[in-house]
Amino acid sequence: MGGRPAAHHLYRCGVNRRVNGKRAVTDLLAGLIFVAFGLAFAITSLSYELGAPLRMGPGYFPLALGGILVLLGLLIMGKGFISGSGAEERLGSVPWRALFLIVLAILFFGLTVRGLGLVPATAVTALLTALASYRTSILAAVAIAAGLTALCVLIFVVALQLRLPLFGPWLPFSV
Amino acid sequence: MELLDNLALGLGTALQPENVLYCLLGVVLGTAVGVLPGIGPTATIAMLLPITFSLEPVAALIMLAGIYYGAQYGGSTTAILINLPGESSAAVTAIDGHEMALKGRAGPALAAAALGSFFAGTVATVVLAVAAPPLARIALRFGPAEYFSLVVLGLLASIALARGSTLKALAMIVLGILLGTVGQDIYTGTPRFVFGVRELYGGLNFVSVAVGMFGVAEILRNLEDERTRAVVVEKVKNLWPTREDLRRIVAPVLRATGLGSALGILPGGGHVLAAFASYSVEKRVSKRPQEFGHGAIEGVAGPESANNAAAQTSFIPLLTLGLPAHPVMALMIGAFIIQGITPGPDVITEQPALFWGLIASMWVGNVLLVMLNLPLIGVWVRMLTIPYHILFPAIIVFAAIGTFSLGFNPWHVYAIAFFGILGYVLIKCGCEPAPLLLGFVLGPLLEENLRRALIISRGDPTVFVTRPISATLLVVAVGAVVLAVLPAIRRRREVVFQEEL
Repeated sequence: MGGRPAAHHLYRCGVNRRVNGKRAVTDLLAGLIFVAFGLAFAITSLSYELGAPLRMGPGYFPLALGGILVLLGLLIMGKGFISGSGAEERLGSVPWRALFLIVLAILFFGLTVRGLGLVPATAVTALLTALASYRTSILAAVAIAAGLTALCVLIFVVALQLRLPLFGPWLPFSV
Repeated sequence: MELLDNLALGLGTALQPENVLYCLLGVVLGTAVGVLPGIGPTATIAMLLPITFSLEPVAALIMLAGIYYGAQYGGSTTAILINLPGESSAAVTAIDGHEMALKGRAGPALAAAALGSFFAGTVATVVLAVAAPPLARIALRFGPAEYFSLVVLGLLASIALARGSTLKALAMIVLGILLGTVGQDIYTGTPRFVFGVRELYGGLNFVSVAVGMFGVAEILRNLEDERTRAVVVEKVKNLWPTREDLRRIVAPVLRATGLGSALGILPGGGHVLAAFASYSVEKRVSKRPQEFGHGAIEGVAGPESANNAAAQTSFIPLLTLGLPAHPVMALMIGAFIIQGITPGPDVITEQPALFWGLIASMWVGNVLLVMLNLPLIGVWVRMLTIPYHILFPAIIVFAAIGTFSLGFNPWHVYAIAFFGILGYVLIKCGCEPAPLLLGFVLGPLLEENLRRALIISRGDPTVFVTRPISATLLVVAVGAVVLAVLPAIRRRREVVFQEEL
């Protein structure tokens, strides 16, 4: 991390310390996320019974915290504006292909594990995830998927006795 | 001697062949994930939690604890040999440890780390055994107001000790608490934030949160820049330190054990702080400060002992108050709950064999680690040749199956993807994921005790400051935050974390 950071930057967060301007974007985005979540929780809370401090309803606590989160988010954004000289600085690279494939793989597993069964769901999930790396060819990914599926069946079904069908009811040959 | 009786009971439990086996399994797994960068103890324990479901409670907890402190050992091995700290607390070990390795003194560095850790772990286990019962007795008298204040203290103190922006850490905690409110309200049964999804009535699962934020997010970070890890390790020879080495590490190990034991009790990643603090203390008191950064054996023995002591004593708040000091302890709470045990002051009296068995197993685990680590160093290093592009699909698949098997609920699997993306974006924005997980685990406790305290006090909010214990806890909590934002302290804290990195 090079030498000591300048004194006025000392209190700042580790990740962004190195690049002065980068801080602004990360603060703005972080603040925005917090404000969005705070608002979503606070607004939804209004549809639940709020109650009184004496006997709080289900909406009281999340409404209060949602408000606090919005406030914190605004403060973080504010700091981003104040210290932001290089707002054009980017967050750095995002592995879009990996992000897309891994999310897809996880969702696929959740959606199909009951219907297709453990073996097909695991195999496809492993295949999609393996392809997330640029260093893995299709052939290598198939090999990784086959190996992982066998390993998981061994660990979860044979060793741990997980009660899951290997091949599910969506398939003509469910086991 | 009540203490000896208790320790005997504990050793009796921990030395049962089955428990020794799970302890061994835990420390081996822990060493492995400590060695491998890109997967840490938090994600590993989260992934393995579902598996422990079918084990005996003692065995399950012994194994999970072993993963945690085993990772501290493993992390230091790679830090010394190839300047690649596998675990955050080992970052400081790399400074002088790797310098020693470059000078052909990898053996003594590894031995100093292992022996220091073993000594510190042994002492910290005794500290744990001595300190836990009285603390638990105090905690038994806690009412809802005290528990509320205690949770507030735990959450706020974790910010004070964490690195990075205080505001962001605070926001992460609040976001975590809010995510913890998803599901049916405990008092009225009203489903909150479930948007009609029946499967979410039971709430989000903390395994999804932990696996997503610590596992998937970390994988995405690693895939940003796929580099080959060229691992060239020379054979380690001359394992044993010289008489001069041993003489030099005695005082640092003693100091670090005290420092680590004390800091480990504090919430918020005490073991990382302990390692850094020990390094700066040793550098300050050393007669040869110029050697630090160029292979001073004190700079290896001290931090390694400190982080191991802290890893041990961080079980104190968990076992006595039911309050996790950091994410791994939050997962341990989950492990207790999966086994049908509520962690807290009652565990000591109601499950003495489990409580003392867990404590004694940490000592057994430390013995196993010394025996495993020094002779088998070559095996661990060879693990680094496992290519990451094979490792990370395994992590994802294990996480998905494990999380699903917890309740056969597909929404817990979808949640992994959600928290993976959320965690990735937030980490990129400079927000550490640990406070969110702590908030998520402690949030329900916070709300329940807040509401119960106010019902008991008939709506009088001053109950939190008029009851002495509660008031004290709140004052300490406010003090912790004030300390964290005071410029002078902040600068000091940053220096502790940043020095020489």
